[in-house]
Amino acid sequence: MVDVAVQPNRGVVAGSKRKRSSLQTAMKRKSTTAFLMTLPLIILIAVLVIYPAFYSLHLATLNKSMQRFVGLGNFEFLFKRETFWLVVKQSCIFAITAVIFKALIGFIVAHFVHNIPAKGQRKWRGMLLVPWVIPPAMSTLAWLWLFDPSYSAFNYTLAYFGVGPVPWTGDAAWARFSVILVNIWVGAPFFMIMYLAALKSVPDQLYEAAAIDGANWWQRIWYVTLPMMRNIIAITTLFSLIVTFANFDIVRILTAGGPLDHTHIFATWAFRVGIEGSDVPLGASVSLFMVPILAIAAVFILRDINKRGNES
Amino acid sequence: MSTIAIDKSAPNRKMKYGSMSRDRTWALRWSYFFLTLFAMFSLLPPLYMLVTSLKGSAEISAATNPWWVFSPTLSNYIEILTSNQFLRFFWNSAMVSIFVVTITMLISVPAAFALARMRFWGSATLATGVFLTYLIPETLLFLPLFKMFATFGEFTGIQLINKWYVLLIVYPTLTVPFCTWIMIGYFASIPKELDEAAIIDGATWIQTLTRIFIPVAFPGIIAATIFAFTVSWAQFLYPLVFTTSIDQLVLPVGIITTLIKGDVFAWGQIMTGALLGAAPPLIIYAFLMDYYIAGLTAGATKG
Repeated sequence: MVDVAVQPNRGVVAGSKRKRSSLQTAMKRKSTTAFLMTLPLIILIAVLVIYPAFYSLHLATLNKSMQRFVGLGNFEFLFKRETFWLVVKQSCIFAITAVIFKALIGFIVAHFVHNIPAKGQRKWRGMLLVPWVIPPAMSTLAWLWLFDPSYSAFNYTLAYFGVGPVPWTGDAAWARFSVILVNIWVGAPFFMIMYLAALKSVPDQLYEAAAIDGANWWQRIWYVTLPMMRNIIAITTLFSLIVTFANFDIVRILTAGGPLDHTHIFATWAFRVGIEGSDVPLGASVSLFMVPILAIAAVFILRDINKRGNES
Repeated sequence: MSTIAIDKSAPNRKMKYGSMSRDRTWALRWSYFFLTLFAMFSLLPPLYMLVTSLKGSAEISAATNPWWVFSPTLSNYIEILTSNQFLRFFWNSAMVSIFVVTITMLISVPAAFALARMRFWGSATLATGVFLTYLIPETLLFLPLFKMFATFGEFTGIQLINKWYVLLIVYPTLTVPFCTWIMIGYFASIPKELDEAAIIDGATWIQTLTRIFIPVAFPGIIAATIFAFTVSWAQFLYPLVFTTSIDQLVLPVGIITTLIKGDVFAWGQIMTGALLGAAPPLIIYAFLMDYYIAGLTAGATKG
């Protein structure tokens, strides 16, 4: 079967051998050049992303001094610790709540910006995107100072209204609230920009048609805007879910996981265990727990990209 | 009879128009109202940084209204800008960011060109792989990378941990995948006739890239450069893990480790440092906002 298929091909090649061979060398040169151009990228990804990713799998099976193979011992140890389950719970609460609010606020603000005359939109968009531009470590410091228990601006203002001092980062529930609030502050502008770009791409005719059919504003959003923006909403949410789930800066600076580990998420706890507690294998096992959710999100994003690739 | 009917309908219609435009005005007013609220929420921390940075330490610990500066002073700025330590952080940050941007562009532009235009075996898979790499967060890789560099130091005697240039090796893992991805998008949007014409005229692939693709996709290159700069300037986890000596620190880590001493927070200086640390990205953003936003939206909307 194979022979039969190949034979005629060979005949063609032999027939125009000279033409083919020059073409083939050209092809060869092109693909060689292309390969050389992508080589640094391939090396970078292979050595500094793929290899460490698998290396952390290996690390997770070693003991603290990294000399003895312990199999799944690190995971067994983690499962028995209460702090680990606390971290799992907190990571989920943190990521899901923050992403939902980021998405909602982004959606609402994008609508308001879209609503005003086009001339002024640039100015507002510029102001609203500032939280995304400032390095998170720097802006979290400002939040930490705003949350300061004794000299802080928030408690001063609340005291003015007769509300007692709020332990913004001192009490477990409030600390979780503060961490999520800062995360929403940093992340909502990204959603706003994405949704604004998507809103601009919805054709006006659809709204006109909806208005003629007597749709109110809610129906216009539900039946026109949301279906048209479905792709952008999905991909932005997944992106944000990954970034939020793997967040480090905000929690680290604001609470450093405290009080009593009640704001630790996977990344900060992995840092605490792996670098500060110098138990690299245990830290690696903790951070590996981020993989499943990342993998799920990646599969969905990839499916979306392939779908759009096929459409275009 | 008919005249009455017309008379009746005319004001009706007018009223309807009137009410619609009134609705529209109210919607506008509400939009402005809420936008003002959200803008205040967005600008609150940076403005508070500015307010605090202008206060002396006596005023910061006084029980006066924290939202206002009663006796403005530049002492924090003078102290920060004349301290060798802080200038060292700033210098380290600038060096790291400039080198990382250069390395990133040198790697990602040719790679994006090859992936967008020169189809070769596995190029489609590689493009998707590049995108997937972008999704791997740094919090997953810092521990294995830390161990890798430590082992590397043991075997070769080249100590990478606790040197600022180790960041030049790790930052590209954050910047290159995304920059390559958005450059693929920009290059793919250039009409094929353009490079076909160049090839027919006898240009090599390298010439096609430097003479045609880079000039035409220049907005994309600016967007990618801004992205790479912002990411390397703002990165916090890697420098925290890989550098510890004071003279090797970059700005964000430097401010946090040197100005917070135990429970003593020098808030005036911290806020001044944070504001100065936030300034370079903010200035770039102020001047190149459109490129910034183009880069931001390109990642998810092009594909």
